Amino acid sequence: MSMVSVGFQTLLFKETLRFWKVATQTVAAPVLTAMLYLLIFGHVLEGRVNMLAGVSYTAFLIPGLVMMSVLQNAFANSSSSLIQSKITGNLVFILLPPLSHWEIISAYVLASVVRGLAVGLGVFLVTIWFTDMSFVAPVWIIVFALLGAAILGTMGLIAGIWAEKFDQLAAFQNFLIVPATFLSGVFYSIKSLPPFWQAVSHLNPFFYMIDGFRHGFFGQSDVSPWTSLAIASVFFALLAAIAINLLKRGYNLRH
Amino acid sequence: MTAIQINSVEKSYKSLKALNGVTLAIEEGEFFGLLGPNGAGKTTLISTIAGLIRPDAGSVKIHGHDVITDFRAARSKLGVVPQELVFDPFFTVRETLRLQSGYFGLKNNDKWIDEVMGNLDLTNKADVNMRALSGGMKRRVLVAQALVHKPPVIVLDEPTAGVDVELRQTLWKFISRLNREGHTVVLTTHYLEEAQAMCQRVAMLKNGQVVALDTMSALIRRISGSQLVVHLASGQLPDDLRHLVAHDEPVNCNGINCHPGNRFSLRVNDYAEVEPILARLRESGAVIDEMQLQQADLEDIFLQIMDKGSV
Repeated sequence: MSMVSVGFQTLLFKETLRFWKVATQTVAAPVLTAMLYLLIFGHVLEGRVNMLAGVSYTAFLIPGLVMMSVLQNAFANSSSSLIQSKITGNLVFILLPPLSHWEIISAYVLASVVRGLAVGLGVFLVTIWFTDMSFVAPVWIIVFALLGAAILGTMGLIAGIWAEKFDQLAAFQNFLIVPATFLSGVFYSIKSLPPFWQAVSHLNPFFYMIDGFRHGFFGQSDVSPWTSLAIASVFFALLAAIAINLLKRGYNLRH
Repeated sequence: MTAIQINSVEKSYKSLKALNGVTLAIEEGEFFGLLGPNGAGKTTLISTIAGLIRPDAGSVKIHGHDVITDFRAARSKLGVVPQELVFDPFFTVRETLRLQSGYFGLKNNDKWIDEVMGNLDLTNKADVNMRALSGGMKRRVLVAQALVHKPPVIVLDEPTAGVDVELRQTLWKFISRLNREGHTVVLTTHYLEEAQAMCQRVAMLKNGQVVALDTMSALIRRISGSQLVVHLASGQLPDDLRHLVAHDEPVNCNGINCHPGNRFSLRVNDYAEVEPILARLRESGAVIDEMQLQQADLEDIFLQIMDKGSV
């Protein structure tokens, strides 16, 4: 069955329509949150810290905020859709039809990518006016935005399959996703950290997504974008393998 | 061809054996009833057929396709109306049905969607959000969702629970039509008169096991004849008639003239047995106040089977 089967297209459409029908909450609200971060941190720290040579703090912060929004919203899309469907019982409409595991994974992940990129684009469009931005290597911007959103969409799928209650999902989000994004270099360059925490940051896969994404803007990064791409790709493959395994086993979906 | 083949299916939840070696073959074109008290394993069995539950042992095939190893082919043949009243609050009725069609690989399905909505009296609700529908309307949408892909096998898990007479009639008219057109229908219901009216064959489940499996007419013939219900104005039921009493408690005692203890339901196998009973009552001095000859129905059979465990 090809990836563009009617089943896949329909599930992708449904998952996209689902967040778009409540776009105030799913798109506009995170854009506003990111703008508040920029206004507050940009105002407080502008001129006081220097993260990358020749780059203002506000300009440094914008790609970080865009990527953070992409990642968090991609995660929120698949995870919240699945847990809501599970709790309300309407997941049965996805479980009864002859959808393949790949169709389910790719539709949920791609819809998450769409939401992540929609929010990321929104954040970018409202923050870009605050400073002059450069776009040294736009391909890296697109590659890491897509890859980051796909990774977090897949993580959201796994979390949504695993969680049986809203608070389990909230724990996953609050104790794993939020710390991992905040500690990945959204607000700072890890070079500004003590060596120990630099080493710890290198264990955080989110760091590579944000570092590679930022490289696309400034042509500077803590590690080579190729290294980031390799690590993020391996991480994505690993998550996709876990997701397909869970779906094949019907883990917490088919009892 | 066998529409649903269930072989030695077992399913346990911790110490509870929900299905204990169920074997059933439902033939193509049948209208089949799956009956049993709460907790008998009906919904577990239906969920196993639908692939929502994985059996610990045994196998289920839909039109020859295993529901685990060949799940895509099996599910494409199956339409299931779940018991729970579930819906997606983000969408209208038409959106819901279009999405469900798409999941089954059907892109331009509006003609059939319109026909299904028409047959279930949903047409004027097509553009209403699911949240705004009454319980009965939501139930109709659930039925419509199960039928969007014209499945050759339709499974309805208590589709008329808590719905009004109008929907029941609408639903059974439509489902009967589909059955006449060749669709296999499997029904679970607590309304036994519904099963008696609709089903050609029934299986009764108790404690996860099939305790009866036969055609409706054979079951009724085999298990019980008619019942002679007598209300005695005076006198007693002679001891030599007591073995005919079908129920320990007085039956049909639902009016102000009811005198518990004086009303008896006596089992008779044919009409010829009625006169000797009446003669014996007269002999004993009993005076009959009221008398009725009742045909046995599925409810009597159900109660007998559930009391005995099997027939």
